[in-house]
Amino acid sequence: MNAVLAIDTSSNWGFALSIMPILLRGLIVTVAAAGLGFAIALVIGLLFAILRRSSSRLITWPLVCFLEFVRDTPLLIQLFFLYYVLPGYGIRLPAFLTGAAAIGLQYGAYMAEIYRAGIEAIGRGQWEASVALNLGRRSVYRDVIIPQAIPRIIPALGNCLVSILKETPILYTVSVLEMLNYAIIIGDRTYQYTIPLTLAGALMLFVTTICAYLVRWIELIVPRRGIALR
Amino acid sequence: MNPLAAFRNVSKSFGHYTVLDNFDLEVMPGEKVTLIGSSGSGKSTVLRILMTLEPFQGGSVEVDGLAYHVPGHKPPFCAPERHLSAIRSRVGMVFQAFNLFPHMTVQRNLVHAPMTVLGLSRKEADRRAQELLAMVGLEEKASSFPDQLSGGQQQRIAIARALAMRPRLLLFDEPTSALDPETVGEVLGVIRRLADEHDLTMILVTHEMGFAREISDRICFLDKGCIIEQGPPDRMLRNPRHPRMREFLASIPTPQTFAEREAGVRADASARCAVTMDT
Repeated sequence: MNAVLAIDTSSNWGFALSIMPILLRGLIVTVAAAGLGFAIALVIGLLFAILRRSSSRLITWPLVCFLEFVRDTPLLIQLFFLYYVLPGYGIRLPAFLTGAAAIGLQYGAYMAEIYRAGIEAIGRGQWEASVALNLGRRSVYRDVIIPQAIPRIIPALGNCLVSILKETPILYTVSVLEMLNYAIIIGDRTYQYTIPLTLAGALMLFVTTICAYLVRWIELIVPRRGIALR
Repeated sequence: MNPLAAFRNVSKSFGHYTVLDNFDLEVMPGEKVTLIGSSGSGKSTVLRILMTLEPFQGGSVEVDGLAYHVPGHKPPFCAPERHLSAIRSRVGMVFQAFNLFPHMTVQRNLVHAPMTVLGLSRKEADRRAQELLAMVGLEEKASSFPDQLSGGQQQRIAIARALAMRPRLLLFDEPTSALDPETVGEVLGVIRRLADEHDLTMILVTHEMGFAREISDRICFLDKGCIIEQGPPDRMLRNPRHPRMREFLASIPTPQTFAEREAGVRADASARCAVTMDT
C-alpha cells in the first residue's frame, strides 16, 4: 500500500485528487468482478432455463428447489459459504473468482426466470413449425427460440447488469481489493471517511449510468426484425 | 397397394372431451383428401396427430408403414424421439397462421431445416430454395423478412418451406382461413398447381368448398370425431346423403368463384369509403 502513504491530506481537493488513482484501480477490479459475474450468470441462467423446461421431473424438481433456494437466501451467506466452506472440501478459489462465482450463481438463478419469460413469450406456432420441419431440440433452441427471445429480454438483462454492479462491493467482505475496500483502507489510515466513501459512491453512479446507456444502445442495435412485443 | 396414411379405430380425448371416436381413415399414395366439418368435429386434430403435434390414446396410426405407437414406450407419444423423427421426415404441414420464422429472411426460412436436418450443403439448399420460390412465384422475395410480406405471400413461402423437406404427405390445416379475401386466390392457386403437377399425397382441412371440389379425389365429412360420410367431391357436395352433412352445407355460404368474391369485396370496400366520406 505504498500509494496510500503518498496521500495528500493538506486540503479536501488535494486529498480527493490524490486518492483518485487508488480508487480507480479498485474500480477496475469491481467492474471486472461484475463483468465476470454477469457473464457467468448469462450462461448458467440460460442453462437453468432450458433444463427447467425438461419433461423429466427427475431434472426439474431438484432444479426448481435449488433455484428457489439460491434466489431466496442472501448473497452474502452464499458468498461466505463458497469462501469459507468449499475450501474444506478441497475447492480453493481466489477470493476474486469466488466472488464472481457467487454473483454469477445468484443472478443466474434470477436470469433463469427472465429467460423463461422470454422463451414462453414465443408463440406455440414457432414450436409447432419446428416440429413440422423435424428440427432437433438443439436447433429449435439455438436457431428458432433463443434468437427471438433474447431481443425481448435485453432490458431485463440490462437491469441485472446494473444490479450486479451495485452488489459487487459485497466482495469487500471476503477481502477482495476492490473499490470499497480501498476506500475503507484510505479512511482507516487517514481517519477521513467522508471523501473516499463519497468518491466511491460517485464513481459507482458514473459506471452504472454508463451501463444503463450502454444497455439502451444495445437494445437499439440488436436486430428487431419481425420480433413483436418490444 | 398399401395406404400411405392410415387411422384405425383411433380415439383421442382432452380430459372428458372426446375429439376422435373410433376414427378410421385410409389415404392412398398420391391421393388428395379434404376433411370438412364444423368446428370441433376433430378435423384439425387428425392432421395434428399425423404431424406428431398431438398424442392419441387408442387405436393405431401409420404413415408409410411406420406405426406411431411403439410397444414398450410411455405416453404421451408412446415412441422414442428418433422414431417420431423418422415419421416427421415423411410428413410436412402448412399451418393456418403460417408460422414462418420471423427473424429469418425468406431464403433462410427455406434453407435452414434442409441444411440442419437433411444435411444438404449450402449450395444445394440455396438451389432448392430458388426452385421452390419460383414455383410459388416469389423469386424476388428471397431476401425479405416475413413481416414485409402479405399474408398470402407468407403462406406461399410456408408451403415452399414445407416442400423443401421433401415430405411424402403434406398436410394443410385451413391454409386460407387467416388470409384477406383478396389473397386467398394466390394461395389456392399454388396448392392447386401442387396437386396437379406432383404425386404428393395431400390431406387438406378447409372451408373453401369450391376449391375442395376442384382438387380433391375424396371429401370426408367429420362430425363428433367420426367420418359420417365420404365420397367423390361432386357427389358429396351436390347430393349429400347424411342429414348432418346437408345441414352443414346449408350453413356455409354457397361456393363462389374468385371473380365474384373479389367483385363483392371491392363493392363492399367502396361502400364503406362512401360512408366514411359522408360523416
